[in-house]
Amino acid sequence: MRHAITLRIGPATFRIGSAWSQPIAQLRRLYAAYPDVDGAIADFTVRLQPTSLLRRFLRPSIFITGDHGLADAAPMSLAHGLLAAEMGMNLQMALGWRRHLLLHASSVEKNGRVLVMTGESGSGKSTLAALLGERGWRFMGDEFALLDLQSGAILPFPRLVSLKNQAIGVVADAVGDARMGPLLAATAKGDIRHMMPRADAVARMDQGGMPALLLFPRFGHEAAVRELGQGEIFMRLTQASTNYVTLGEPAFAGLTRFVTAVPARAIDFPSGEAAFAMVDRLWEELA
Amino acid sequence: MSAALLVRALRDPACVAGLDASGWNGLIAAARAERLIATLAHRLDSAHIPASVRPILTDAKADAAREAQQALWEADRAALALDGLDVRVVLLKGTAYVAGALAAGQGRFIGDLDILVPRDAMPAVEKALIAAGWEWVKEDAYDDAYYRQWMHELPPMIHVDRDRMIDVHHTVLPLTARQTPDAAAMIADAIPMANGLYILSAEDRIVHSVAHMLADGDMQGGLRNLWDIYCLLPDADPAALAARAQRHGLAHHVAQARRLATALYGDGAALTLWDRLVRMRLLARDGWGRETRKALVFAFYVRSHWLRMPPLMLARHLWTKWRKGHRPQ
Repeated sequence: MRHAITLRIGPATFRIGSAWSQPIAQLRRLYAAYPDVDGAIADFTVRLQPTSLLRRFLRPSIFITGDHGLADAAPMSLAHGLLAAEMGMNLQMALGWRRHLLLHASSVEKNGRVLVMTGESGSGKSTLAALLGERGWRFMGDEFALLDLQSGAILPFPRLVSLKNQAIGVVADAVGDARMGPLLAATAKGDIRHMMPRADAVARMDQGGMPALLLFPRFGHEAAVRELGQGEIFMRLTQASTNYVTLGEPAFAGLTRFVTAVPARAIDFPSGEAAFAMVDRLWEELA
Repeated sequence: MSAALLVRALRDPACVAGLDASGWNGLIAAARAERLIATLAHRLDSAHIPASVRPILTDAKADAAREAQQALWEADRAALALDGLDVRVVLLKGTAYVAGALAAGQGRFIGDLDILVPRDAMPAVEKALIAAGWEWVKEDAYDDAYYRQWMHELPPMIHVDRDRMIDVHHTVLPLTARQTPDAAAMIADAIPMANGLYILSAEDRIVHSVAHMLADGDMQGGLRNLWDIYCLLPDADPAALAARAQRHGLAHHVAQARRLATALYGDGAALTLWDRLVRMRLLARDGWGRETRKALVFAFYVRSHWLRMPPLMLARHLWTKWRKGHRPQ
C-alpha cells in the first residue's frame, strides 16, 4: 500500500498499510519510542483502505481490515484514522492471536507481580492502569492482558492507551500534553485521545510477571469492595476472552489455574483518588 | 503479485528459501486471504522457514486441526439427527476430505457443513434438523422462496447451541444452471464411512469440486478449490473420470480444471485463451492480501449470475435484490 509502518507491541508484530499518509504519520510520531522493526516479517497485516474508489478522495472514508476482518465493520472518517489503525491492530489480536489466552483487561506490575483489571468499556480499567503507571507501577497494557498458558504469567501488550471523554482531561493533566496524541472528537465511542506509555513500559514490554491480584473495577459508584465466587470469576473471564473457546482445553486448564491462584475483588469507586486508596489497600492485604 | 508467489510456493516449497522479509509478508497475507495458510504450512519444509514465520505457520496448522475436529463433530451431530430417516447422507467438500483422510483435507479451511441427500428426502431431512436444533439463518420470504424454487440447496441453517452452519444440498448446481449433473447417481455410488455417513466416489468428488468452481460462483476462493482438485486428481482413474464427467454434463469443465491444476500446481500444461483468463482471475491478489484486477473480478461476478439463470430471470432477481439494498462487493 502507498503508506506503511511496521510496529512491534509485546510479542506481536503488525504491518499497517494505509491509502492515506495521515494515519501512518500519526503512528510514526506516537510509536517513535517503540523498537524499530521497519520491514520485519509481521504476525499480522492491517489495511486502512477506502470504502470505495470515490471515498479515497471525496469525504475520505476508511474500511478497516487485514488478515482478519469483519465484513460489516463500520466505516470511519479519515479524521479518526489513528483510531482506525488502533482498532485494526486490536481486531487482528482479537480474531487471530493464538499464542496466549487473551483477556480483555488492563494490567500493571510492581516487583515482578501483576495486577490485572478487567471490565467492560467505561469501567475505568484503562484510566486506572494509565494513572497507576504514573504512580510507581509499570504499565503493561490497557486493552489486552496475555495469559501464558504454560507458565501462568501475564505478558504485556503496552500499546497506546485509548482514553475516552472525561478520562482524557484527567490523564492529560497527570502526564502532560507532550505524551498525548491528537484529540479525535465525536467518534462512535465519543471523544478519544491516545496516551504514550512511559519509557519503562516500552523498554520492558517483553517482561511478564506472575498475576497477584485480579480486580473488577467499576467507575461512578459509591466506594465498595465485594468478593466473588470462583465460578463467577471464571465465567466473567471467559466472557472477557476472545480466544478462550478457540484455544480449547489448555485455555480451560490455564484459566482454572489463574482463578484458583489469584485473589479477586470487585471494586466500585467514585473518583481516581478513592480507587488508588482501594488498590493500595487490597494489594497490601491480598497480593 | 503475491497470489503467483503463493502458487509457486505450493508447487515448489523449496523456492521460499530465497524469500526476503517483504516476500514472506506478501506470501503470508496472500495465503491467509486465499485461506491456504495452513495448507502452505503443511507443505513447507521447516528448514526453509525463518524463526519469525514459524509460530505463524504453527498457529495456522493448529487452527486447521481444530476446524477438522469441529467439522467431524458437526457431521456426527447431523448423522445423529438424521439417524432414523433411512436416508443416505453424503458429506461434501472439506468435511468429506477430512472424514476420508484425503490429501485435500490436510490444512483445509472448513466453514460450513455441506451434505447431499436425495431430493425426495428433503422435507423429512429439514424437519429432522429443525427438531435437533438447527434454525434458519435469516427469515426473508423472497430468499426462502428463491432457494426452494431454483437452488440446489436449502437456505442455510445454523445450530442454535453450536453456532455452526449446515447447507443441505439435493444436487450439485442450481436447477437453473445449464448443466444438470446426475445427483442420484452420485448418491448411489457414494462410499460408506465408519459412522454411517458417506462420501462421494473419487471421480464424483472431482466433478463436484469442479462444478462448484468452474460452473457456478465467481471464483472467490478459486485457488483453494483448485488446490482441492489438484489433490483429488491422483485418486481417480483418468478414463473413469472422463466418463463420469461426461455423464454429469461437465466434461469440458473437468478437462479445464485438469489443465489449470496442472499448470498452476503441477508440471505445467498447455492453456487455452479462456484458461488464461481464468488463471488471471485466480491470481488477482497482491502482497497486502487485497483483490486486484477489479474489472476482471467484476466480470467473473457477472458471469457467475449469467451461469446460474436465464437472462430474464436474472434481471428480475437482480432488480429484486437491488431494491432490498444488496450491492455487489
